[in-house]
Amino acid sequence: MANIDNVLPPLTERSTILRWLRKNLFGSWLDSLLTVVGLLIVYWAVKGFLTWAFTVAEWRVISANLRLLMIGQYPIEQVGRLWLWLAFLAFLAGNSFGIWARRSWLAVGVLALPAVLALVFPFEGSARNWLLALTVIGAAGWLGGWTKPEVLKRSVIVGWVIALPVIILLTHGFSESTTGFWTVARTNLWGGLLLTFLLTVVAILFSFPLGVLLALGRRSELPVVRWFSVLYIELVRGVPLITILFMAQLMLPLFLPQGMTIDRVLRAMVGITLFSAAYLAENVRGGLQAIPKGQYEAAQALGLSGAQTMIFIILPQALRLVIPILVGQFIAVFKDTALVAIVGLLDLVGIAKTVLAQPEFLGLQREVYVFVSLVYWVLSYGMSYLSQRLEERLGVGKR
Amino acid sequence: MTHEAETIISVQDVHKWYGDFHALRGINMEVKRREVIVIFGPSGSGKSTFIRTINRLEEHQRGKIIVDGIELSHDVRNIEQIRMETGMVFQQFNLFPHLTVLQNITLAPIQVRKWTKQKAEEIAMQLLERVGIPEQAHKYPGQLSGGQQQRVAIARSLAMQPKIMLFDEPTSALDPEMIKEVLDVMIELAKSGMTMLVVTHEMGFARAVADRMFFFDQGQIVESGTPDEIFKSPKEERTKLFLSQILSH
Repeated sequence: MANIDNVLPPLTERSTILRWLRKNLFGSWLDSLLTVVGLLIVYWAVKGFLTWAFTVAEWRVISANLRLLMIGQYPIEQVGRLWLWLAFLAFLAGNSFGIWARRSWLAVGVLALPAVLALVFPFEGSARNWLLALTVIGAAGWLGGWTKPEVLKRSVIVGWVIALPVIILLTHGFSESTTGFWTVARTNLWGGLLLTFLLTVVAILFSFPLGVLLALGRRSELPVVRWFSVLYIELVRGVPLITILFMAQLMLPLFLPQGMTIDRVLRAMVGITLFSAAYLAENVRGGLQAIPKGQYEAAQALGLSGAQTMIFIILPQALRLVIPILVGQFIAVFKDTALVAIVGLLDLVGIAKTVLAQPEFLGLQREVYVFVSLVYWVLSYGMSYLSQRLEERLGVGKR
Repeated sequence: MTHEAETIISVQDVHKWYGDFHALRGINMEVKRREVIVIFGPSGSGKSTFIRTINRLEEHQRGKIIVDGIELSHDVRNIEQIRMETGMVFQQFNLFPHLTVLQNITLAPIQVRKWTKQKAEEIAMQLLERVGIPEQAHKYPGQLSGGQQQRVAIARSLAMQPKIMLFDEPTSALDPEMIKEVLDVMIELAKSGMTMLVVTHEMGFARAVADRMFFFDQGQIVESGTPDEIFKSPKEERTKLFLSQILSH
């Protein structure tokens, strides 16, 4: 009998590119045929698109309307306020990366992005300066977070908590008089990516807690709470978002007392939030159901109250389980905000339509919609990528 | 000491049904302070159900259960009070997988007993020392062996400084080589004077530390007595049969 210590492991196949090609792409005559046909299709499609993009397409429609696409008709004199909150976000992001993602290329990429954009594309003077400033401020925040993580942790968290109010306040302004400090910019002037961003952020931040409450409500032992949650979820999930938006824009005024109006952007925000909450509730419920009974029993046996059991034991595990689904829902919310264009708000898609209605840009749909799609894709993929990093950080699927 | 003879758990004519199934049929038991009780019997005999009625993980439908002077009723405050005084160790450990070992142990003392984090962590480290795994404090449960997890679970229960410890088949889910490390901890705990109710088939443990043993079958207590009485001269046929089955190999 051979000595067990002398048994060699099986030879690993040396893989060269040629061998890989033969094995995977040209294994048989059918494989070869499929490979060739596939390559031809890809070639034609890519060639067609690139030829169009570099020789036919008139990208001036984007550069000439960039401001419109980004912020709509937001007053030019007040734009500095938007840059201000962007700088605030850049600083917070830099801080957070410095504290929590210390060795991450993602951090470098995100923080450098504004400067790269400023250097690659021909922005006008002040926009270019602001973009460069964003990177500098972000880098400063990163340095601060890196050197004093323990000191800054708390203030960074506070910063993120107050971020939304700060953004809304700065965007909206306070002073009613036109000459005053930070004059109010009416919401009907908010538009473009700015409006898309605000609709998305508000809808996500408010629908998440609402969805968690509805999910808990649906599993509640109190019949009234349970029935209300079921009724709400099934009602809202049963209608398309666009009908909810129409109802918010057209029906709501009928029920309000004469003379009372609710801001149209606010109505859209509420509509999307309520819609998204119903879906989130079901996603969260899925996570709650995956938690074994033993977890509840162990928590109860230790004397934790029902609320404590939920907050410390069940929800952290349940939410972690459904992060991919939650992010999927958030991305869906982001893209669904495009529907507000149909009820007359000028979000990114709404603005795109008005751009195309200008006589000098007639017939340039392809350029505009390719650009709009690209913006949506970059931001959606960004969310998806961040959530994957978050899952890794939290060790989802490992513990 | 008068303390010694004091009754801490009093169970009077307790019944429990699951639908039509009569799981507990008139259980009576008095447990005194510092006593170690071993409960054994075939599966489905109601022994786990019984031990879980004592901290109200299962509700009894007839009879009375009084723990440390408090009667278990629908009053939530009573239930929470009793749960603070009784620790429980489960067959499946039921550690919280998203928290470290240290966080598992300190969570309830901080949230329920309102201790400071520092105090809770000090006591947690002493307990980990006591169960022999202080070096695992910052790991997650999933990184530990079954025996280590069960010892963490014991430490977690002890951190609430309970007066009574309930063990529901604590070694049944363990690989054979890990059973001893858990039993050693339980034996040490029994010798330290903890009041313990243990559902187990580990007859070695029963011989070593049990004050009394109860044999459950079909939702009733068939026989009870000291380990000597039960092992040497069981009175009931069913007890003899069951003991011969579990001791024969």
